[in-house]
Amino acid sequence: PKGDPTVHVFHRRGNRRDKNIRPLNLAGHVGFDSLPDQLVNKSICQGFCFNILCIGETGIGKSTLMDTLFNTNFENFESSHFEPQVKLRAQTYDLQESNVRLRLTVVNTVGFGDQMNKQESYQPVVDYIDRQFESYLQEELKIKRSLHNYHDSRVHACLYFISPSGHSLKSLDLVTMKKLDSKVNIIPVIAKADTISKSELHKFKIKIMSELVSNGVQIYQFPIDDETVAKVNTSMNGHLPFAVVGSTEEVMLGTKMVKARQYPWGIVQVENESHCDFMKLREMLICVNMEDLREQTHTRHYELYRRCKLEEMGFKDTDPECKPVSLQETYEAKRQEFLLELQRREDEMRQMFVQRVKEKEAELKEAERELQSRFEQLKRLHADEKATLEDKKKALEDDQVSFSKRRAAAQLLQGQSLTANGKKDKDRKK
Amino acid sequence: DLELEIPVLHEVPPPLGPLYGEKHSAPVVDFSYVGIDAILEQMRRKAMKQGFELNIMVVGQSGLGKSTLMNTLFKSKVSRKSVLATAQEKIPKTIEIKSISHDIEEKGVRMKLTVIDTPGFGDQINNENCWQPIMRFINDQYEVYLQEEINIDRKKRIPDSRVHCCIYFIPPTGHCLRPLDVEFMRRLSKVVNIVPVIAKADTLTLEERDFFKQKIREELRANGIDVYPQKEFDEDEEDRMINEKIREMIPFAVVGSDQEYQVNGRRLLGRKTKWGTIEVENIAHCEFAYLRDLLIRTHMQNIKDITSTIHYEMYRVRRLNENNTGGGNISPLQLNSSSTLELT
Repeated sequence: PKGDPTVHVFHRRGNRRDKNIRPLNLAGHVGFDSLPDQLVNKSICQGFCFNILCIGETGIGKSTLMDTLFNTNFENFESSHFEPQVKLRAQTYDLQESNVRLRLTVVNTVGFGDQMNKQESYQPVVDYIDRQFESYLQEELKIKRSLHNYHDSRVHACLYFISPSGHSLKSLDLVTMKKLDSKVNIIPVIAKADTISKSELHKFKIKIMSELVSNGVQIYQFPIDDETVAKVNTSMNGHLPFAVVGSTEEVMLGTKMVKARQYPWGIVQVENESHCDFMKLREMLICVNMEDLREQTHTRHYELYRRCKLEEMGFKDTDPECKPVSLQETYEAKRQEFLLELQRREDEMRQMFVQRVKEKEAELKEAERELQSRFEQLKRLHADEKATLEDKKKALEDDQVSFSKRRAAAQLLQGQSLTANGKKDKDRKK
Repeated sequence: DLELEIPVLHEVPPPLGPLYGEKHSAPVVDFSYVGIDAILEQMRRKAMKQGFELNIMVVGQSGLGKSTLMNTLFKSKVSRKSVLATAQEKIPKTIEIKSISHDIEEKGVRMKLTVIDTPGFGDQINNENCWQPIMRFINDQYEVYLQEEINIDRKKRIPDSRVHCCIYFIPPTGHCLRPLDVEFMRRLSKVVNIVPVIAKADTLTLEERDFFKQKIREELRANGIDVYPQKEFDEDEEDRMINEKIREMIPFAVVGSDQEYQVNGRRLLGRKTKWGTIEVENIAHCEFAYLRDLLIRTHMQNIKDITSTIHYEMYRVRRLNENNTGGGNISPLQLNSSSTLELT
């Protein structure tokens, strides 16, 4: 039984409707309308991640714009114009507004556009973006993984700062944006827009957009499929690229302090929509489309990277007609390969080890033998000396014996001669 | 290396937002609001647009009121009662797994609800291994999801047919769990969120009910069976407090009904008997309302999260490690991207 026709009205937008699923009327309040709240509550507990990449020449105002956008003072380093190569500097901050915690990473290029030869300038940027994708891919492919805890460092939005020349895009701009448009959501902005007059600005914007189109550069389009935001997004799409002015300094205007740049000829107010498009940028980037930027990064740019990377590594999906060569099977085949290699290395190492042990053993045995023979030698010497000493001792003893014999004999003789002399005397006296 | 600084966490510099306004000696700046919290609304919009999916399985012997309970929970005929029409129809020889989906919508929130019925469970004379087909079905859903996930060219939104929650119906004997119950829950609680309920609880008095529940909780503990909400998945103190209260009350003693009766001037869902009308949504009569609140109004997202981040991930680890005798976390893909191998 088909459902009430009015029920279908709500299902119109569902593009994943199976034909076999019947819509059903509910006879009362069930309560799953709280699901979006449950989902949002979970996200509040977890916090959000957002990563912005700013590409632009040195001194064009990237850091100032970030400070102005987020109403805070990020740590800023003034860069020199003499960097030999383009580098990227990434800094992460924890911000909070009411109950929403945001982990914001701001990545700035350093030395972009300063080199004499700018042919390779785009490469470090592409490499950085790819590295973040790679890092996520590695986590996703791990066996034991924790994706829901993973700090997502993939670039969600790329603000490309165009110099306010008033004429057209530089070839560096075109080349760089072309290299990046399939990897990241590009939002071009015209920096330091207070140096261009209103009429020049209008012409400049048109020129930029037509150059982008004719060069096939796909910049990020604010989504127009959701009716709640379609209107504002469509209108904003027509204002691209946003002409921005950044300032963290405040100037007194009437009774209020406003963020502005003060010139002798007037005050450019950052948050005044008739002065520049700053408010539009903040609205689009943060208030309306932050989630869509994150989603596009994940479902489009990251998927493309993943597909290319895996194909490059030799995995492939199925042919429609034959059995699916799934990632799973290739995974397993590669694992076997890996384990065999591991085994081989292990055997090699074990052999080496055994060899070394043998050698060492031989060495030690040799040393032992030597030691043993030394010992024998010393023992012999010792025995010889001892024998010599014994002989000497014996000789000494013999001497002693003969000496004492001689002494005894001598004493005896002496005694005898004394008695003989005494007798002689006695005889004389008589 | 091309990066000057490894991304490092800095503690909050001047906080933003109207709650923490900046202090000036001069008149206050109006525009201190950035708009970061608008992301909540953006998320809500996206969720409403995409719609939600929920897959609930009901397991229990026939006649315990599984279909009626589902219909009561979702206030519509999401499940058809399996009444044996004639005496010729025999009790099924095997367990079937029947999956029926419906699109329902409430206040702009669209949901694809799939109720998976398991007729034949526990109905045979020999019920050994009756948990097997169900386990197989659950793992098959994980497998389907995994296959899509590891495709090179994969869908933007992988269709989720994984069983988020399995409601197990315990017959109201009033004594204790039967070996069938213990065996089933012990095995299945390792792969899916199990919510045990005491079916047809209107046959138990309040004292009998409390005694039965206590016995059941003891037996679950003694057998090491972790039913939803599992203790080990409590995220923080707040979570633990809320979940402890629930754990002290499970299994919920439920009564289902899709008939309305007039009670005290109001039309209520209930069961009418000669000795009174049991009001299904009255918590003094039965605990249906608690079950409904848990499953739908407060913990639905959590149930889905636990399925995807824990049960599914465990299946994935097991599956990807199947041919690996060494075990561990080696991803063969690291072999290609780095030129050195590390032996542990």
